[in-house]
Amino acid sequence: MSLTVSLPSILARLADGNRALAASGDTVGDAVADVTRRFPSLAPRLVDEHGEPYPFVTYYLNDEDIRFSGGFGAAVRDGDELTIVSAVAGG
Amino acid sequence: MTASLFDVASPASHASPATVAALPLICTNCGTRFDPEPSAICLDCLGPLVPEYDASRTLPDRETIARRRPSLWRYHEWLPFDGIPTLSPDSGFTPLVEAPALARRLGVARLWIKNDSVSHPTLSFKDRVVSTAINAARAFGLDVVGCASTGNLANAVAAHAARAGLDAWIFIPHDLEPAKVFGTSVYAPNLVRVRGTYDDVNRLCAQVADSFGWGLVNVNLRAYYGEGSKTMAFEIIEQLGWKAPTAVVAPMAGGALVTKLHRGFRDFSDAGLFDGPLPRLHGAQAEGCAPIVRLVERGGGRIEPEIPSTIARSLAIGNPADGLTAARAITETNGWGAAVSDAELVAGIRLLAETTGIFAETAGGVTTAAAVRLARTGHLRADDEVVLCITGNGLKTLDAVADALPPAPVIAPKLSAVAALVESAAA
Repeated sequence: MSLTVSLPSILARLADGNRALAASGDTVGDAVADVTRRFPSLAPRLVDEHGEPYPFVTYYLNDEDIRFSGGFGAAVRDGDELTIVSAVAGG
Repeated sequence: MTASLFDVASPASHASPATVAALPLICTNCGTRFDPEPSAICLDCLGPLVPEYDASRTLPDRETIARRRPSLWRYHEWLPFDGIPTLSPDSGFTPLVEAPALARRLGVARLWIKNDSVSHPTLSFKDRVVSTAINAARAFGLDVVGCASTGNLANAVAAHAARAGLDAWIFIPHDLEPAKVFGTSVYAPNLVRVRGTYDDVNRLCAQVADSFGWGLVNVNLRAYYGEGSKTMAFEIIEQLGWKAPTAVVAPMAGGALVTKLHRGFRDFSDAGLFDGPLPRLHGAQAEGCAPIVRLVERGGGRIEPEIPSTIARSLAIGNPADGLTAARAITETNGWGAAVSDAELVAGIRLLAETTGIFAETAGGVTTAAAVRLARTGHLRADDEVVLCITGNGLKTLDAVADALPPAPVIAPKLSAVAALVESAAA
C-alpha cells in the first residue's frame, strides 16, 4: 500500500526538509519503518526503545488516532494519510 | 457605512508596553536545553519543554510577597520571565473561601473553595495560563495568538488578546455551549468552529501552529502557558497563612492543572515558604471521559485515549497531553482519582451552590461530586483540611442545571399569594 506521511516541521528538517513523505507498507508500523529506513535520524524521534510511539507523540491515520484502531498494527490502504503531531495542552 | 458612536481605532494602534524576556527552555524527557522560543517540543526527542529557572535567583520571603499587588504576578520569581511582564496585570489572587457546611457534608475537618469562578476577566482559571502565554507571545514579537479550546480558554485568549491589541484565532468544537461561544465572540476574535471533538481541534491546531507562525497558547506557547497554573498553588499556600492543606481536589482535562499544582507546591516547599508535606493531590474527571483517573486506578505508564461523552465539556479531552504527568503527581503525593456521572456532577453543582453560595460550571460539579466520592471511599478523611479547586463559573453552563432545578412559582402581586406560598413552604 502507498500512503503519505505528514511530518511536523520540527521533524521535516531530518527528512531533507520534506513535510510530506511517500511511504509504503501494510500497516502504520510498516509505513513508519519505511520512513525511518530512508531517514534513519527520524527513528529515535518516531519510536521509543521498544518500537512503540512515545506518549507525547500522536499518530493520526486519516484524522483518527491510531490508538483507537490497533496502534502501529493498524492496516493502511492506498491513498491513506498518516499525520504525526506532538501533544497539545488542555483548553 | 456610517460610523457608529462606538467605532474606535484598531486596538493594535495602542502603544505597545515594554517587554520582558522569556526564560530558556529544557526538555523534560531528555534534558536538552534551548534558547527561549515559541516552541513546546524538543528538537531532539519531541518531548515536552518547560522553562528553566535560574536556581541561584533571589527569591522573596513571605513578607515581601504579602506587600505586593494582589495578582498572580506577586509570584513573578516563579513565572517564566526575566522581570515582571506588563500585559494582563490583573488576573489571579482569587478568593479562598472557607466552606464549613460542605466540610460537614463530606465529613472532613475543614474545607475551602479556591474560587476561580470569579477570576478576572473571564471567570475561569484559564485567565492564569493566558496571562503567562500572552506575555510570552509579546516577548517573542508575535502579533497573532490563538488556541484550541473547550470554551474557557477561548474566552480567556479572546479577552486578553483584545486588551493587549493582538489578533486572535480561536478554534473550538462546533457544538460548544452558547455561553462559551458568545463569551468568546464578543471580544471580536477570529472564532472558528471545527466539526469534531476537542481532540480533533487539538490536532488541527498542532498543524496550524506549525504552519502559520502564530502563538497558539496551548500549542507552541504551551511551555510558558502551563506555568500560570502554578499560581493557584501559590495562592492556596499564602491564603491559608503559609501552610498547606492536607488534600486538594482538582478537575482534570488535559492534566496540566494537577501537574502544575504539584510543581507549584514543590516550588514553595523548596523555597521554605511552608513546612510539612505536600498536600495529597486528588484528580476529578467525568465518567464519560476519564483517561487519567483510569490510569491512576490501573497504574502503568500510558494513557489510553477515550472518545468523550459527557456534559462536562471543559473536561472532555480524551487524549490528555499531560495525563501521564498528572497521574504521576497524584500517585507521588498519595492522592487518588475519582470519576463521576453526569447526574452526579449536576448534583455536585447544586451541592456546592447550596452549601457555599458558589455557582460553578460543570467542571466544578465534577470536582465537588468527586470530593463526595473520595470522602465516601476513605480517600478524604475526618482529620483532613481540604481545598477544592473550582475553575469555572456556572453562568457559562446554565444548560447543565436548567432541567434539574425546580421552577419558580408565578403569583399574582397580592400579599395573600405570598402568604399561601409561605404556608405551603412551611408545611
